[in-house]
Amino acid sequence: MKLLSAIDMFGEYILLLKKVFSKPEKRRVYYQQTIKEIDKLGLQSIGIVTIISVFMGAVITLQTAYNMENPFIPNYLIGLGTRDSMLLEFSSTIIGLILAGKVGSNIASEIGTMKVTEQIDALEIMGINSASFLILPKIIATVLFNPFLTVLSMIVGIVGGWLVGVFTGVVSTQEYIDGVQYAFIPFYITYALIKTVVFAFLITTISAFYGYRVQGGSLEVGRASTQAVVMSSIFILLFNLILTQLLLS
Amino acid sequence: MITVKNVYKSFDGRLVLEDINATFEKGKTNLIIGQSGSGKTVLLKCIVGLHDVDSGAIYYNDTRFDNLNFNDKKKIRQKIGMLFQGSALFDSATVEENVMFPLDMFTSMTYEEKLERVNFCLKRVNIINSNHLYPAEISGGMKKRVAIARAIALNPEFLFCDEPNSGFDPKTAVVIDQLIKEITEEFNITTIINTHDMNSVMGIGDKVIFIHNGKKWWEGTKDNILDSDNKELNDFVFSTELTRKIKGL
Ligand SMILES: Nc1ncnc2c1ncn2[C@@H]1O[C@H](COP(=O)(O)OP(=O)(O)OP(=O)(O)O)[C@@H](O)[C@H]1O
Ligand SMILES: [Mg+2]
Repeated sequence: MKLLSAIDMFGEYILLLKKVFSKPEKRRVYYQQTIKEIDKLGLQSIGIVTIISVFMGAVITLQTAYNMENPFIPNYLIGLGTRDSMLLEFSSTIIGLILAGKVGSNIASEIGTMKVTEQIDALEIMGINSASFLILPKIIATVLFNPFLTVLSMIVGIVGGWLVGVFTGVVSTQEYIDGVQYAFIPFYITYALIKTVVFAFLITTISAFYGYRVQGGSLEVGRASTQAVVMSSIFILLFNLILTQLLLS
Repeated sequence: MITVKNVYKSFDGRLVLEDINATFEKGKTNLIIGQSGSGKTVLLKCIVGLHDVDSGAIYYNDTRFDNLNFNDKKKIRQKIGMLFQGSALFDSATVEENVMFPLDMFTSMTYEEKLERVNFCLKRVNIINSNHLYPAEISGGMKKRVAIARAIALNPEFLFCDEPNSGFDPKTAVVIDQLIKEITEEFNITTIINTHDMNSVMGIGDKVIFIHNGKKWWEGTKDNILDSDNKELNDFVFSTELTRKIKGL
């Protein structure tokens, strides 16, 4: 029974995506919508991404430092550890999970509210493909913009590590920079960006899906928003596993 | 003119509309009345195609509408204006942007032309100096009137109103009713209005269709509704103390 309804939901999700990716009616209006979404979903996430990244970079640096009691382990490994943690996992996956909470709930509640207040019906009545009109600009906005957030997170995280490292004296600037440059694998950045794009797509489409299928009132909108965050997070973790196996093995 | 022929509609095996036949005339305010839950909204949504009918047919003038595909429906929908029960204004857009929206989507007018049309429609519904307010910043009655302005922006041939005046004080209710009636006559629109308000019926009931338990029970005009000997209709019409006293029941 549970399985059957999960398959049903997946079918519904695919049908919605089909509706989303049909030919836009007025390109100029879609373009304007996309710019608005980049502002709302992307630019307005810069603050939270910066704050979280700087603290995580700092904490990773301290943890690495305090775990290296052995004097034979060179100090530059601190920089290397911070860099690789940020690049491999933090700036893509953890930021993805954070955005699932922030952006996902925003999308689900916005679309859900439009559904229960008949704004979506109003669009349909005018002969507008509401799914495409509302969701496509959000997908384009997040898929284009989230990679910038990821790169920002990497840079800010590494800088955060450096600041706290120097401030607490666990590592010198020279050692830290040496570490950041040591045995650098550029593909890690590609790997993180691929993950980011996939996660952006998952967050946006899953949250929009839960918003779009709301029926009832504000209570249901709240519930849909919670479900959207939970399901986006689960699928981010699942695809993190799959992509890591595919890209790094 | 709109014609409904032998329309049936059920949800999950429960029959909501049964063999509805009706014609709605051009330049007139056609009312669908009935108790809460009788199927008025479902009928209206079937007519505009937000619900698919189980069987039967809907004609706009001489064109059969219900079996058209999305793109052909779109052509007719651009001649439709609809006023939703909760106004359904777009929350994230100002009054002006709301009314301009259909013009943005479906015309190639310049901004100045659009603005002129928007101001004409807003003036027609007596909304002035509110262009840059958001829906959350205006009263319910104003929202309704802005929604009427949006519905008539594209010069519709057909106008649908789901309980346009429910939830308003008697004076505001009359203003909204009269506005719809004037606009209907002025622009020669085929207007269909759902209501359970007897004041509306007596005020603007050019043609009245009474739905009871999903069936069409009676049809006539405001002038002969009080003299009918249809029992269910009389129960509906004379349900309040006031009307019973007038009738001498
Ligand atoms: N989407 C739906 N799914 C299942 N049943 C529905 C749906 N929409 C309406 N119904 C049912 O159809 C019946 C008629 O509902 P409808 O909304 O048309 O009533 P109404 O006459 O508009 O009432 P009101 O005056 O309260 O708005 C109700 O019993 C309702 O439960
Ligand atoms: Mg109703």
